[in-house]
Amino acid sequence: MKKKFLATLMIVAMSASMLAGCGSKGDAPADSAATDDAAATDDAAATNDAATTDDAAATDDAAASDEEQTITVWCWDPTFNIYAMETAGEYYAKDHPNVKVEVTETAWDDLQPMITNAASTGEISQLPDIILMQDNAFQKNAISYPDLFVDLTDSGIDFSQFAAGKLGYSTVGGKNYGVPFDNGAVIACYRTDILEQAGYTIDDLTDITWSRFEEISSDVQAKTGYYLLSERSGEADLLMMMLQSAGASLFDENGGVNIANNDVLKKVVETFNSMVKNNALLLTQQNWDEYIKSFNSGSAAGVINGCWIMGSIQAAEDQAGKWAITNMPKLDGVDGATNYSNNGGSSWAITSNCQNKDLAIDFLNSTFCGSVDFYGEILPKSGAIATWAPAAEADVYGEPSDFFGGDTVFTKIVDFATKTPANNTGVYYYEARNAVTTALTNIANGADIDSELANAQATVEQQMQ
Amino acid sequence: MEKAKGRKLSQSKRYNLTGWVFLTPAALLIAVFSFYPMIKCFIYSFQKGATFANMEWYGLNNYIRMFQDTVFMQSLKNTFVYFLIQVPIMLILALILASLLNNKDLKFKGFFRTAIFLPCATTLVSYAIIFRSLFSTDGFVNTILMKLGILDAPFAFLTNTTSARAIIILALVWRWTGYNMVFYLSGLQNIEYSVYEAAKIDGASPMQSFFHITIPLLKPTILLTAIMSTNGTLQLFDESVNLTNGGPANTSITMSHYIYDTTFKYVPNFGYSCAMSMLILILVGTLAFIQMKVGDKRD
Repeated sequence: MKKKFLATLMIVAMSASMLAGCGSKGDAPADSAATDDAAATDDAAATNDAATTDDAAATDDAAASDEEQTITVWCWDPTFNIYAMETAGEYYAKDHPNVKVEVTETAWDDLQPMITNAASTGEISQLPDIILMQDNAFQKNAISYPDLFVDLTDSGIDFSQFAAGKLGYSTVGGKNYGVPFDNGAVIACYRTDILEQAGYTIDDLTDITWSRFEEISSDVQAKTGYYLLSERSGEADLLMMMLQSAGASLFDENGGVNIANNDVLKKVVETFNSMVKNNALLLTQQNWDEYIKSFNSGSAAGVINGCWIMGSIQAAEDQAGKWAITNMPKLDGVDGATNYSNNGGSSWAITSNCQNKDLAIDFLNSTFCGSVDFYGEILPKSGAIATWAPAAEADVYGEPSDFFGGDTVFTKIVDFATKTPANNTGVYYYEARNAVTTALTNIANGADIDSELANAQATVEQQMQ
Repeated sequence: MEKAKGRKLSQSKRYNLTGWVFLTPAALLIAVFSFYPMIKCFIYSFQKGATFANMEWYGLNNYIRMFQDTVFMQSLKNTFVYFLIQVPIMLILALILASLLNNKDLKFKGFFRTAIFLPCATTLVSYAIIFRSLFSTDGFVNTILMKLGILDAPFAFLTNTTSARAIIILALVWRWTGYNMVFYLSGLQNIEYSVYEAAKIDGASPMQSFFHITIPLLKPTILLTAIMSTNGTLQLFDESVNLTNGGPANTSITMSHYIYDTTFKYVPNFGYSCAMSMLILILVGTLAFIQMKVGDKRD
C-alpha cells in the first residue's frame, strides 16, 4: 500500500513537472506573440510617424524631426562596402544628427538565401531597410519578387548621372530599383619587371587583341616561366568578361537563351582554349585563395579582372611599383569588340520593409548620388570606384598610385568604365553561367565545341521551365 | 471482487496513459518539425511558383522534369558513386578498428578510441576547407609527393574528376569511420568474452572468430550503421559545396547541393526543389527497406 502510494505520488509529481514544462513551452509562443504584437504596434507607430514626418515635410520642406531614426543596412565587405556605407552614415548624420545608419555584415552567400526566404514566404519584416545587391543577381530578385524592392524611378534621384551600362543591372521594365554603387570595370594588370625580362613594355599590351596577347604571353612564359594571366578552372569569370567586352551575352533581347548558335561565345571559348594549350593562360584549382596566390606569390605575372581586384594585388607589398594597369585585350574579328568590360559590382536597393522610405531615399540621394566629397573620402581607403559620374571630379581620383608605378589609376578606370558595353544578364544568369562553365571544362577535355554548347543551351532552357 | 477487477484494469490503463504522456511531447515535436514539413514538401512538389503565397498546380511536371535534367541526373550518379564506394569502405574499416580496439589486453585503449572518434567532432565546413587546403596545388600533399620525388609538378587534385571524387570519399571516411566504430564498440561489449574463449579452446583462429562470432552477433548494429550511412551519404552537401564546389563540370556535385542551387542560387523554384527532395526521401526509404530485408534474417 505504501509502495503504491509512493508510486502514485511520483507519477503525480512527474506529470506535474511535465505539465509545468509544457506550460513554459506553451508560454514561449504566447510571449513571442506578445512581442509580435508589440512589434506590430511599433510598426504601426512607425508608419504613423512616417506619415507625420511626411506631413511635416510637406509643410516646411524636410524639417527633420528630433526623434531618433535608424536606417538598417545589409552588406558584406568590411573594408569595402560596409566601410563605404558607414562613412555615408557619418556624412548624413552631420546634417541629420537624429539619423543613425546601422550596418550588419551579411555575406552574399547568406544574404541571397535570406532574401529568398523572406520574399517567398512574404515575411519581409526581418529584412533591413537597404540591401546591397550583386548586379548579376538584381534582375533575378527584382523579377521573381516584384514587390520586394521600392521603385525609385520618381524618387527624385537623378539616374542620368550614372553610367548607362551600370544602370541596366538594376532597371526592370524601364523602372529603376537600385542605386548603383561600385564599379567593376575590367583592368589588366601586368608585372613590368617580368615584361622587361622578356623584352616587352606595358605599351605592347595596351589596345591589343587576344591573339596578340596569346603570342606575348606564351613568349613571356617560355622566357621567364611566368604566365601573364591566370583563371580558376571551372569558373567563368574571364569568359563572361570576354563576352561582355564585345557587347554579347548568353541571352537575347527577349530573354531567350543564346548559347548554341552564339558566334561570339564560340570565338571566346576557342580563344580561351587556345590560350590554355599554348601556355598563355594558367589554370589554378577552383578556389579563390589559389587564384589570389597565383599572382601574389605564384607563377602569374598578370591579372585581368574587375578593378576591385586591385586590393588583392596590392596585398603583395613586396611587389610595389612593379605593377602597371592597362585595358584588356579585345576579341579578333568580332563586330563591336572593345578593350573594355565589366566584372562584378553591386547596387543599393531599398526593400519594401523599409518603414520610412522617404528618409532612406533622401539618405541615398544625399550620399551615394549626391556627394563628391563622400566619394573622395571612401576611394583611397576602400578603392570603391564610383559609377556616379560627378564623383570623378573629386581630387583623389587624379592622385597617382605608387604601387602601380605612379600611374593615375583611378582616372584610367573611370575612363574604362565609360567605354564598357552594356551587359544583358537576364534573369537566369547563374543557370546559364554554370551551364557554360560545364561546357568549357568538357571542351577543354576534348569534347566537341558545337555539341557541348548545344547541350548547355538545352540545360538552361530546361532549367527555365 | 468486481471492484478490484475494475481497479486492476484501470491501473494497466493508467500505465499506458503514463507511457503516452511521456511520449507526447517528443511525438508532437517530431510531428511539427519533421512530419509537417515533409507533408508540405510533398504538396509543394506538385506545384510551381517563386512565392509560397501564390503557388499554382503543376501536376507531375516537376517529377518529369527531374528525369530530363542532365545536371540532376549527373548529381544522382555522383551521389551513388559516393554511396557505393564510401559506405562499404567506411563500415569495414570501422568494424576492423572496433575489433582491434576491443582487445582487452591493449594499452592506451581510451586514447586510441578518442583519437579515432575525434574527427566527427569537427564541423563539416571546417574539415572540408582543411581537406581543400591539404590538396591545393601548394598544399601539404603535393609538397610531400614532390619532396619524395613521386611527382615532378604539383597535381591539381580537385580539377580532375577521379581525384576530386576520391578526395571527397577520403574526407568522408576520415570523418565518419570513428563515429561508426563507436557503435560497433558498444555492440561488442554485449558479446560475452566467454564465447571467444570457447572458440579459442576449440581451435578457432582470430579470423574465424571474427567472421563466425563477431559479425553475426553484431548484425543489428551493422544494419543500423548501414542505414544511417546510406541516409547521410544521400544527403551529402557540405563536402560537395566546400571541397570541390561540385566541379569539375558538375562531376562531383551531390543531389542536395543541386537542390540548394535551384532554391537559393538560381531563380527560386521551390516546387522543383521539393520534388527532388521527395526523390531522396524515396531513395533513402527504399534502400533502408532493402537493407533491412537483407540484413534481418530472423524468422
